[in-house]
This record gives sequence, C-alpha cells and structure tokens, in this order.
Amino acid sequence: MKTSMLKKNIEAFLVELTDIFRFIGLFFNNLFLKRFEFDEWINQMYKTGYKSFFLISVTGLILGLVLTLQTRPMMADLGAEAWLPNLVFVSIIREMGPVIMALLFAGKVGSGIGAELSSMRVTEQIDAMEVSATNPIKYLVVTRVLATTIMLPILVFYADFIAFLGSFLGMKAYSNISFSLFLSRAFDGIYFYDIIPATIKTFFFGFFIGIISCYKGYYANKGTEGVGYAANAAVVISSMAIFLIDLIAVQITSLFEI
Amino acid sequence: MEPEKIITISNLCKAFEDKVVLDKISLQLSHGENLVVLGKSGAGKTVLLKCIVGLIIPDRGTIRVFDTDILNCTHARLDEVRTRIGYVFQQGALYDSITLRENMLFPIIRNTLFFKTPAAEIERRIERNLSSVDLLDAMSKMPDELSGGMKKRAGLARALMLSPEIMLYDEPTAGLDPFTAQEISNLILTIQREKGTASIIVTHDMKCAEIVSDRICILHEGSFIAEGRYTDLKNAEDQRISMFFTP
Repeated sequence: MKTSMLKKNIEAFLVELTDIFRFIGLFFNNLFLKRFEFDEWINQMYKTGYKSFFLISVTGLILGLVLTLQTRPMMADLGAEAWLPNLVFVSIIREMGPVIMALLFAGKVGSGIGAELSSMRVTEQIDAMEVSATNPIKYLVVTRVLATTIMLPILVFYADFIAFLGSFLGMKAYSNISFSLFLSRAFDGIYFYDIIPATIKTFFFGFFIGIISCYKGYYANKGTEGVGYAANAAVVISSMAIFLIDLIAVQITSLFEI
Repeated sequence: MEPEKIITISNLCKAFEDKVVLDKISLQLSHGENLVVLGKSGAGKTVLLKCIVGLIIPDRGTIRVFDTDILNCTHARLDEVRTRIGYVFQQGALYDSITLRENMLFPIIRNTLFFKTPAAEIERRIERNLSSVDLLDAMSKMPDELSGGMKKRAGLARALMLSPEIMLYDEPTAGLDPFTAQEISNLILTIQREKGTASIIVTHDMKCAEIVSDRICILHEGSFIAEGRYTDLKNAEDQRISMFFTP
C-alpha cells in the first residue's frame, strides 16, 4: 500500500518536472517570436520590481543591522571586531542577500503571478485571449518571466547596498567607527569573484521564480480553490528551487575554486 | 440553392477520462443562421463551442470552419480563422486589470487590422460597439465595477470588435434576471439581422431559444437527440425533449 503510494508520488513528481521543463521550452519558443509585448513587459517590470522596493529596503536594512548586532559580541570576544564589516558584507553579498531577497521575491511576486494567472485561467480570460488570436504565452508568460529575471538581480544589488548601510548603523551603535573606515574595512578582501557568481545565480533565481509561478498559474484548474493552490504552490516550489539552485551554484563555485 | 455551410462538424467525440462528453456529434451552420444548442448543465455544450475554436482538442472527428480543417491546420491559419469568430464567454471573461475601453482595444491592437485602420476609425468602432450594448458611459470603468449583465454585454461588444462572421455564445443569459436576459436575447437577434452573422448559441434558457433561434439542436448525454424549429420541437412527445419546453 505504502509502496504504491510512494510510486504514485514519485510518478506525479516526475510528470510535474517534465511539464515544467516543457513549459520552459514553450517560453523560449515564444521569446523570439515577432511583435514583442513591450508595454506589458514594462508594466510587469514596474509591478515586480518597483513595487517591491519598500519591502526589499526594510528587509535589507534589518538584515544588515541584525547580522552585525548578532555577530559583534562573538567577534569582540575573539578580538576580531575590525573584521566584522568585511565578514558581514561578504556573507550578505555571497549568500544572505541573494537567497533571502529571492525568498521574499518568491513570496511577494511569485504568489502574485500564480494567483493572477490562475484567476485569469478560471475566469476564462486566457481562453478569451486565445480566441482573439493573441498568444497568451507571449503576452502573459514571456513578459513576466523576463521581468522577474531582470528585476531580481537589480533588487538584490539594491538590498546589498541597504544591508551595508544597516550594518554600518549596527556598528555605529557600539563603536565610533567612521563611514570611510567602515567602507574600507567592508571592501577589504572583496573581489569580483565574490560578486559575479552571486549575481549570476540571482538571474537564475529570478528566471525560475517567474517560470514556476507562471506555470502553476497558467495551468490552474478546480475553480477558485485552484487559485489558492496555484499561489501557494508557486511560492513553495519557487522556494525549493532557490535552495536547489543555490546548492548547485555553491558546488560550481567550489569546483572552480572561486 | 442551399446556403453555404460555414461550420461543418462530423462525428465529433470527446471524453474526459471515463466520462464521454461528446459522442459522434455532427452539425452544420449556414451563413446568417442562428443555431441554438439546448442541453442540461454538463451536457457538453461549452465543450462543443471550445472545440470549434480549437481551445479543446477532440478525440475524434472533424471540424471545418470557413473551409479550414481546424484540427489539422497551422497555428497561424487557426488564428486567422479565430479572428473571423466572435466568442462570448459565460461570464464575459473581461481582462480585469485593464479598463473596458482597453478591453475593447485588446483584440484589435494585436491584429493586422490595427495597422490598416486609422486611429479615429478604431475609436469610432469602440464607441459604436459599446453604444450598441448601452455601455458607452462605462468605457473608462474597470471590469470589477460592472454588474454581471454589464459584463456579459461588454464581452459581447468586445467579441464584435473584429467584425466577426460567426458568433459563438456560451450561455449568454445564464444567471441574469428575466429582463436583462430578454435584453441580451434581443441583442443577439439584432446582431444577426444587422451584421448578417451566423451564430451558435448554447443555452438552457427556453425564452432565449425562442427569441433567437432559427434552428434548435438538443444535446442529451453527449449526442444530438433532436433538431428542428422551436415550434416543431415544442410539441414533441419524447420526454427528453418536452422537458425543456415544460415551464
């Protein structure tokens, strides 16, 4: 009984995975078709990017502040307080910034895309697009996925900067460090190879958040219940994908000894 | 001379898992004709309409629209055929993130017609279609500001934007009060008379069927069990047919 259930679950997982990859193929097929939906793409960049700035700002500031406040006593005990700006900044740039911001982005934007597309599906708006000879993949999916792929790295860069300011505030609360000294200590030992792999993986995070959320929304069914399910599944699967991509990215960077 | 057939469906079959929804359905639609497909809820009426525009792929059978084999044509050709068909969805299916005016513009802006038609003419067309359904004042409203009846009328106006030769109506009067339902039925009739469109109207509203139909097909458990004029079918003895006409 249990074996057959397990077999069924594995089968369902593999079918879902195949469908997601098929959907990615559909995305690339439509990406280069004539008449790019430029206005809708700009609209989606605004929705996914600009409208996330406040959330990202608050989270980035708190992230930098908390990380500094939590780490400072330990570093002080070790007599390595001078290394704190660098430690915090490296951990934010390489790992914390991209992953935490991507998770937030999946929660805010991914669930929004999942809910919006699934609601369009159950109210037959996607069907209406098709019968009026509009390509819904090009109009709805390509624009959204491109928007998330481009906006997430920008938001992560911005969040890193805000977290940096947060970290400075945290340091300032306990020491008399000047901003120029903090800056020089933070950037001491930061190299391009800290920034490049982290930036590359945020493009992948953004792409997969967009594609998974669109996939769950686009193929939603079961009426209004399906809308809730699509929004939820978009966040859960995107979050899992973020950790998986992060793991792969870490393996690749270790392989090349970056 | 027999009128030209613009839709010809032969032996159409569709099943969802074990449930057979359409079983060897055949029908023809002539130029300028209003065909009503009557059937209980879940009889497969909407599936039939969606098969005609290629939204659902049937298991077997053929569908020819304007001499194009819908099931074996290229996507580009299917899109060409679709622009000659107006589809009115059950709940209107208006795009809820844009205004009513933008909804009207949506199908035309993505059509080659957009580049051939002057902007003033497009505006005139939007105004003409919206005023034909008495929604000119609601042009700048968002869909969620409209009532159910208004949404249906707006959906109808949007379907007319590309001047279709065939109209497909999915339960156009479902969920409406009798007065608004009659208004919609009259509108369907007016569109047929003024624009010369052929229509398939799927419904279980007998009042609507009486007003708009030139011919009625009755769908029962996936098959057509009767076909004829309203007055002919009204007196049928078969209980599966007469139940539709019993108040």
